Amino acid sequence: MASKKRSRKELFAQGNDAVVEGALLSGCTFYAGYPITPSTEIAEGMAARLPYVPDGVFIQMEDEIASLGAAIGASLAGRKAMTATSGPGFSLMQEHIGYACMVEAPLVIVNVMRGGPSTGLPTSPAQGDVQQARWGTHGDHSIIVLSASNVQECLEMTVTAFNFAEKYRTPVILLLDEVTAHTRERLVIPEAGEVEILSRVAPSMPPEWYVPYEDGLRGVPPMPAMGSGYRYHVTGLTHDRNGFPTSRPDEVQALISRQFRKIDQFFYDIQLTESYLCDDAEVAVVAYGCVARSARLAVDLAREQGVRAGLLHLKTLFPFPRPAVEAVLRTCPRVVVPEMNMGQISREVKRVNNGLAAVRTVNRIDGQIITPQEILKPLLRG
Amino acid sequence: MPAIPIDRFEIRLSGLGGQGILTLGRILGQALALEHGYHVAQTQSYGPEARGGASRADVVVSSRPISYPKPVNLDLLVALSQEACNLYYRDLKGEGLLLVDADLVPQPPTNRFCALPFTALAREKLGNAQAMNIVCLGALVHVLPMLSLKAVKATLPAVLPAKIVELNLKAVELGSTRARKRYPDIATQWTFFSPTTTASMP
Repeated sequence: MASKKRSRKELFAQGNDAVVEGALLSGCTFYAGYPITPSTEIAEGMAARLPYVPDGVFIQMEDEIASLGAAIGASLAGRKAMTATSGPGFSLMQEHIGYACMVEAPLVIVNVMRGGPSTGLPTSPAQGDVQQARWGTHGDHSIIVLSASNVQECLEMTVTAFNFAEKYRTPVILLLDEVTAHTRERLVIPEAGEVEILSRVAPSMPPEWYVPYEDGLRGVPPMPAMGSGYRYHVTGLTHDRNGFPTSRPDEVQALISRQFRKIDQFFYDIQLTESYLCDDAEVAVVAYGCVARSARLAVDLAREQGVRAGLLHLKTLFPFPRPAVEAVLRTCPRVVVPEMNMGQISREVKRVNNGLAAVRTVNRIDGQIITPQEILKPLLRG
Repeated sequence: MPAIPIDRFEIRLSGLGGQGILTLGRILGQALALEHGYHVAQTQSYGPEARGGASRADVVVSSRPISYPKPVNLDLLVALSQEACNLYYRDLKGEGLLLVDADLVPQPPTNRFCALPFTALAREKLGNAQAMNIVCLGALVHVLPMLSLKAVKATLPAVLPAKIVELNLKAVELGSTRARKRYPDIATQWTFFSPTTTASMP
């Protein structure tokens, strides 16, 4: 009766467990965090596993500010570093997110979203931190924000988050929600070598020739590990190419615009979306996180009732996957954006819409996942 | 591929905190997912899990990938307390099956239900009332055609601490035997399960 093919390791695990597996697979050797529901299992998993990883370090810090501070330090020292939190802790991390952007420290921040504002609904799902992830820290900056909707995707997107962080020298925020983080499903752990793992580029010139923030074609300067002989100055102040504080307009302009360019010019690599039955769709759903799962069922139900529905599932939230969304807005007269907030991604959809399609939102903020029925209603109504 | 094709079979396990509902859900889900190869999404209530509060675990099983991870319309409701039975009965489909603890649910809201004294069986036959969740799992082995005793037995050691595995292997046997005696034709004659169901949606 049973069909057992266990060539690879299979687990029945939560999304949070999958994040742990993804991080270890990516070569993460440093975790600093402060446990908070519904992200606690990530801290628990890293605490259980990292002591058995060569050079693995797990530290429980005094709060989330210190957690991200420690992760930035580890990143500058050459480690692949991660921290995980939820709403209130994510708010505390905002200042250091800006610091990580400014000093271009590759690291991964997982935020398992729960109901807010403030302490809010600790054990219920929400998607209220989407714009905070993009704009929460002060100052104009570019950043990568990813999401995941099921357990296997939690592993994949964690690996992707580490790869983007290392490739573009930037903090990457992975937004999960309580449903995705706590649902148990089959998780297939890929073997090493089955997935592409990227690491930061180290400088190849001798230390005395090293210019820490030199611009190049990619806009991503090579990054040495602290203590490896390359000495440079790290500061949150705007700095020149040697790393020292500057307020000269031409140098400030060069620094900030390079930090934008290094991410924006690679939009085709970063903006991940998945299209489901969109080709002939007359109405499309744009969704992310656990709501994308409700939307998929709603699309199937609508098709059963003769409505040609489709789903554009956003995996990258920022930089906003404009080309994929525009394609849907151009071909579908009606677009529905369901989310568990008052309309944070629908703002973006409406921003790029330019009158192409009629955009409707489905919003829920009571700590419950949006059901397929709630999405089906606007799909059927023509 | 699993032997019996299923399109979204939805199970809710409910009762009081401390009855081992969440463990039951995890073992059931793991057996179906890893041993039988089904797609399974298992979710649970996060709230007052302290002993005495309401507790709930949901398991959605399908041969196809599962989109929406939570139950919409229950095919099987297991209620191990009267309160849980009253609360969740309305989520059960018309032809769905209600399985209760005979002693803990004295007033089922319908005539169409199955009852076995899981807690009393665990206390009297095994000398440990805490094993009642696994006695219940044994009954599910008999009730659910897609779940085999072998799969459950293979899963128990993977989830439970080593020192209680032996006791719980007995508990599964006990539950399965009792259910077979009391309801010999349930898996074949009752209509809550049909392997060819199309979408079980409202």
